Amino acid sequence: MAPFVPFFIAAALGLFLRGWARALLFIAVPVVGLANLWLLGTGSFGHYAILDFHLLLFKADKLSLLFGYLFHIAALISVIYALHVRDTLQQVASMAYAGSALGAVFAGDLLTLFIFWEMLALTSVFLVWARRNGRAYLAGLRYFTLHILSGLLLLGGIVFYGQTHDSLAFGPIGLDGSVLDNPAGWMIFLAFGIKCAFPLFHNWLTDAYPESTPTGTVFLSAFTTKVAIYALARAYPGTELLVYIGATMACFPIFYAVIENDLRRVLAYSLINQLGFMVVGIGIGTSLAINGAVAHAFNDVIFKGLLFMSMGAVLHVTGKINGSELGGLYKKMPKTTVLCIIGAASISAFPLFSGFVSKSMVMSAAIKNGHDWVWLILLFASAGVFHHAGIKIPYFAFFAHDAKLPAREPPVNMLVAMTIAATLCLTIGIYPQALYSLLPYEMSYTPYDVTHVLTQLQLLFFSALAFVWLNLRHLYPPELPSVNLDAEWIYRRLVPDAMRALFDRLFALDQRLRGAAVGGVERMIEGVASHHRADGIMARNWLTGSMVAGVVLLLGVYLILGWL
Amino acid sequence: MRGEKQAFFDNPDNIRTMLRVFYGICILLFALDFVIHRHTEFRAEGLPGFYPVYGFVGCVVLVFAAKWMRTFLMRPEDYYDKRELADFDNADSDAEATHAPAPVSGGQEHV
Repeated sequence: MAPFVPFFIAAALGLFLRGWARALLFIAVPVVGLANLWLLGTGSFGHYAILDFHLLLFKADKLSLLFGYLFHIAALISVIYALHVRDTLQQVASMAYAGSALGAVFAGDLLTLFIFWEMLALTSVFLVWARRNGRAYLAGLRYFTLHILSGLLLLGGIVFYGQTHDSLAFGPIGLDGSVLDNPAGWMIFLAFGIKCAFPLFHNWLTDAYPESTPTGTVFLSAFTTKVAIYALARAYPGTELLVYIGATMACFPIFYAVIENDLRRVLAYSLINQLGFMVVGIGIGTSLAINGAVAHAFNDVIFKGLLFMSMGAVLHVTGKINGSELGGLYKKMPKTTVLCIIGAASISAFPLFSGFVSKSMVMSAAIKNGHDWVWLILLFASAGVFHHAGIKIPYFAFFAHDAKLPAREPPVNMLVAMTIAATLCLTIGIYPQALYSLLPYEMSYTPYDVTHVLTQLQLLFFSALAFVWLNLRHLYPPELPSVNLDAEWIYRRLVPDAMRALFDRLFALDQRLRGAAVGGVERMIEGVASHHRADGIMARNWLTGSMVAGVVLLLGVYLILGWL
Repeated sequence: MRGEKQAFFDNPDNIRTMLRVFYGICILLFALDFVIHRHTEFRAEGLPGFYPVYGFVGCVVLVFAAKWMRTFLMRPEDYYDKRELADFDNADSDAEATHAPAPVSGGQEHV
């Protein structure tokens, strides 16, 4: 059975089930699905033909299996986290969303991929809209527009690809040649890039994720971008351009994260920053780098999920998520605090936490392949991610000045989900071989040697020292209620303003042209009428005498003509 | 015990002790650079204190750069909302009750 099928069946059944029945079903599906996937192993099935296309519903190798396992685990954790929610729309959408991600990962051909690609957008947008307010509605619309654009680019790319290749099998595509030589390669690249939050296309993520519900964001953070990472790893490994795109992605969001007030938006920026590490890994393209990229994707889903869950718990309990309004929650939510700190330590790549064993692979690959500058940027990004996700998130939410908010621990199911995620973070960090054995390429890599551990600890502790120093000297930028301009400004402000101004001009021009035309017609009517009015030349009576004089004149002319 | 734990960070002595321990660890980590031989692949990486200095300076630069970015990136919290949601509320109120205009609606343009 293809892995997405149980999820879609569960989503359909979820429309009719309520309460415990639905809860049990939704927990059972990822567990059974995981067993099913384990038994399936590598291989393929589900050949079908539409028109002249030979399509393949399920094709698994080690790369797709890793993402398959990951998505089942993520779905299980997210479902448990959302058990207390009584909202059919959200729960059904999230099941269908997880199913679509699995469908996309195991798609054997591009057309199947496209179908699930669009299903991802279609199902996930309801998790944004489920917040049910104006901001979420508009953010969802923008999110949906960009993702449909990505889908259309993919479809266009598939059309070009189909013209030059005999089969639509989903394998390496590559970016050889210019846009004109290889339109398929570039269009599909851009389609993947939009979903992967490439710079300038990244704002759907920072825009929509923080507007979603506390539980919806956890689902969102797990699937869409990781499907894009998978697709890039399958189709564009070793594309040099990705190294630079990834380095940019790793670097610029941390500046925004430092000054951002909404803590879930801080996490959204740090999600882009983590994606940067994976994109760099895919761009380098050696087996170590690809392994590092997908291992980091695996870990990122879990620790970023954990961080989003802890912030979701804060939002659920206090109704607030802005750093400027929170603080001192460690007294009332000690368990959530500890779990959040485990997530923070994992994303910061502390030794013994999961981020450490995967991030160092990408870093090692970067320096082994002579990307010195990229390595320096990634090192800076590592220090920066500790600064904003590792310290800022726990500090402003749980410590800092006490905001004296009424709070308590979140519902048990939320704590259970967070505990599972935290346990996984620690397990992978302490026993990385469990994860390494699932990676697509065979390799011998030991993250724990003295150099790695020492240098990483030095980097992190002195980053923390910088935070402490800046905070004690009151140099750290305070959390301010604000909006920071980003690339989204182009389509949320600049283009609407420009369009508005353009249409104002056009309307004014139109007004003037119409005015001139109406004036012209009026003048013409006036002119014609003036000849026909009482005194007009056409309306005058003619005297009998002048008529006779006229006739005499005419006859005289005839006479003269007759003589000639 | 719960009471003690709750007040842990409210006590300045506790914070002072924790910071001392933290500074101690930092000094120790820095000192280890001179003791432990590291295998390096990048020329500057081999310099003693490279990682501590890079981490510290990187973060200070990061924070100052971000603070500087605020001077031209920061806008009021309702920067987008006041127009987008005004349009939204207008559409909403038009659909529901045309006779009662929403209080925020003052036409499409808010300067």
